[in-house]
Amino acid sequence: MSTVAAPSFDNTTDDPRVRAPLTSPGQDLASVTELVSGVVERPRPPLGWYVAFVVSSAWTGVFLLLAGYLIGTGVGVWGNNIPVAWAFDIANFVFWIGIGHAGTLISAILFLFRQKWRTSINRAAEAMTIFAVICAGLYPALHVGRVWVEYWLFPYPNQMSLWPNFRSPLLWDVVAVSTYATVSLLFWYLGMVPDLGTLRDRATGRVRKVLYGVFALGWRGSARQWHRYERAYLLLAALSTPLVLSVHSVVSCDFAVALLPGWHATIFPPYFVAGAIFSGFAMVVTLMVPARAYFGLKDLITIRHLENMNKFILATGCMVGYSYAVEVFCAWYSGNPYEWFALVNRALGPYAWCYWTMVLCNVVAPQLFWFKRWRTTPALMVLVAVLVNVGMWMERFVIIVVSLSRDFLPSSWGFYMPTWVDLGMFAGSFGLFFTLFLLFCRYLPMVAMAEVKSVLPHGGTVRSEDV
Amino acid sequence: MTEPRAGLTTDPSEPRVAGLLAEFSGPDALRAAASGVRDGGYRRWDAHSPFPIHGMERAMGIRPTILPWLVLGAGIGGAAAALLLQWWTNAVDYPYWISGKPLFSLPANIPVMFELIVLFSAFAAIGGVLVLNLLPQYWHPAFSAKRFARVTSDGFFLSIDASDPRFEPALTRRLLESLGATAVEVCYAPATGRRVPRAVTWTLLIVAALAVLPPLWIARVRQSPSGTPRVHIIQDMDFQPRYPSQGVGTYFDDRRASRPPVPNTVAEGGLQTDSHYFRGQVDGRWAATLPILTDMEQMQRGRERFNIYCATCHGLGGQGDGMTHVRAVKRGETGWVQPRSLHVANVLKQPVGQLFNTITHGLNTMPGHAAQIPVDDRWAIVLYVRALQRSQNAGIDDVPAEQRPAFFQGGTKP
Repeated sequence: MSTVAAPSFDNTTDDPRVRAPLTSPGQDLASVTELVSGVVERPRPPLGWYVAFVVSSAWTGVFLLLAGYLIGTGVGVWGNNIPVAWAFDIANFVFWIGIGHAGTLISAILFLFRQKWRTSINRAAEAMTIFAVICAGLYPALHVGRVWVEYWLFPYPNQMSLWPNFRSPLLWDVVAVSTYATVSLLFWYLGMVPDLGTLRDRATGRVRKVLYGVFALGWRGSARQWHRYERAYLLLAALSTPLVLSVHSVVSCDFAVALLPGWHATIFPPYFVAGAIFSGFAMVVTLMVPARAYFGLKDLITIRHLENMNKFILATGCMVGYSYAVEVFCAWYSGNPYEWFALVNRALGPYAWCYWTMVLCNVVAPQLFWFKRWRTTPALMVLVAVLVNVGMWMERFVIIVVSLSRDFLPSSWGFYMPTWVDLGMFAGSFGLFFTLFLLFCRYLPMVAMAEVKSVLPHGGTVRSEDV
Repeated sequence: MTEPRAGLTTDPSEPRVAGLLAEFSGPDALRAAASGVRDGGYRRWDAHSPFPIHGMERAMGIRPTILPWLVLGAGIGGAAAALLLQWWTNAVDYPYWISGKPLFSLPANIPVMFELIVLFSAFAAIGGVLVLNLLPQYWHPAFSAKRFARVTSDGFFLSIDASDPRFEPALTRRLLESLGATAVEVCYAPATGRRVPRAVTWTLLIVAALAVLPPLWIARVRQSPSGTPRVHIIQDMDFQPRYPSQGVGTYFDDRRASRPPVPNTVAEGGLQTDSHYFRGQVDGRWAATLPILTDMEQMQRGRERFNIYCATCHGLGGQGDGMTHVRAVKRGETGWVQPRSLHVANVLKQPVGQLFNTITHGLNTMPGHAAQIPVDDRWAIVLYVRALQRSQNAGIDDVPAEQRPAFFQGGTKP
């Protein structure tokens, strides 16, 4: 059902005289439609999809059961206690939100920079953002304890005459993450409307025709509508760019505004944003490599696309490494014994293995991407990407738990151990993420067809030439 | 037989012509044709493509949309709303002191302000693009043509509405063909003549009407008083699994929820070791001296307290002619005993400790006043009573020396 590219097709050349093609040769408008719609229109998805779906659904079930247990019994089923009042819950929250930011960067920031190669991956990356934000948002929702009065976080007139405290970064967080979730969802949906029109026009069954038809809103590719659509898309991209930078900066302020040694640092906002993009791109690579192979999208999501993403991983990895160095320098230069101890404790204290895993995975592993072979081989890049995600989770754990476990007074120190509920919910959140992503792959267009068509040479009416 | 003029067919069984649809080979051809149609003076027409074609706006003569201005307005509105929200809630209506942070601080308000700018702008962008594009749109004449399904894949089309004043089936067809159309097809209006099916419209109306009912009902219930407690879903700590104090509890063997105090426990302030002060007794006999400072301040206090607590029965002068006695006499109450005068010999000879004891515990029909009058005030009252007694039972030695002669001159009282 798909045109398989010749094995010799390689668009990773860096000859500045020749613009690298964005798709494999022989693609035109009809073939793009076939490749992408074919994935959704198959009567049955491949067997691997079912296997993955069963496994991820099982883990989603685990997550839901444990969440129910948590709500019914209380936050005590986690390992959180004084002094480590935030542990897996907030580490996972920051982890998932960070992953979400890469999708918005691909969708919005690369759009503003007119990077045409983003068109093959932006739909899946934005979907990944939505699902990551869902996984992230569950953690602050569940960690409050009294989940049934969650609405108290929002400013509504009430008989207690109370209002929330807007001077707190925790409330900035509520507003920022809600805004990010809403805007990402709207941006993703707007981008999908033309492609839902494609699926509607090709649908054979009544149910599919009605469902895709409802969500396509009657799209007909009218030039007058495209004009406003393009302006809205540009405006949303321009809004999403500072949004993604601000959201993770606000998340970092959850820590930076506190007085804890190891938290109270001005480098946190840019450090966190760079780290978020770093882990997000790693997750995009982890998802795209198997998806493109399994669903036959290698002609649209080419090695060059993956290589570009790996270059981002390398660049942001270097920024994160630089941030680690700055943290060390500032702790030393400040002359503050508590600050210095917090740093030494990370490297040599009871959680030293977490710190060194983090350094190995975040600073050393991405350096492999200096080598072209590592950048352009799918199996190798997935290995590095997984290591990066492990390292980035460790970074959040080190920042949150290690700083809390040993602060100013030794009498306040305490050791943190995660409980089985902590670990189960963390694994379960991956299950939820992958379940949603698999459903997306099955029922929604994985590639932004309209956008890919708009960057095909000669308007896509002539089959693209060989490289 | 010429083709029927659009909209003027009198035969209801014939489908009405809604427009013409022309197909083109690619984006360049479509763009060129669009200029031609624009120059032909048509107003109600459109070009359709699977992706936005560069330069199509100029070819069609589309004016720039006002959407960016709507988004700007919404963004400014978001900034204002955020500032107003934070100022009103944190600095005016509920000013709560939190670690010394200023009640209104512009830097602290920036994150929420920024997020609401983005949120409101995004709503305006999405809402604007949908409303201005008149989406969702159930039907368009072009959808009646089967070939139009290719518009979202690889088809390029141009449609001209029959409602355009310059529309004329044959002429318009010739124009399109001359502009390079590979195919021209007639579009027909739906057989029922309705763009949106009746079922869809009615369903939406009914759902909208039903959706309005719960908020209205809630508003009505909130305005009206209720004889029973309000239904509240979040019971919180309304029902607590705890023992009531002093009540029955099954945890301990004696089935008491509260434990009795440890033997010899004394309540705070209950250990009254100073017998003189607390009971007016010294060595088992009534105290003859007052354990308080006897100055003018205490005297005034004593007078004030006497007038409050004692004068109603004993009278302002201590004669036993207070208001209660006067009223009882007036009402002719049987069995009424006149309150004791404080100046009779019986009372005059009582030591101060005994007077204190009477105030504390009462005597015969007089109730004890320990609950109303603190210990210090009771002694002040005793001091004042002594002064009252002195005033009614003075001897010649109590008169200052310079005024004594007045008593011995003949005639009336001085």
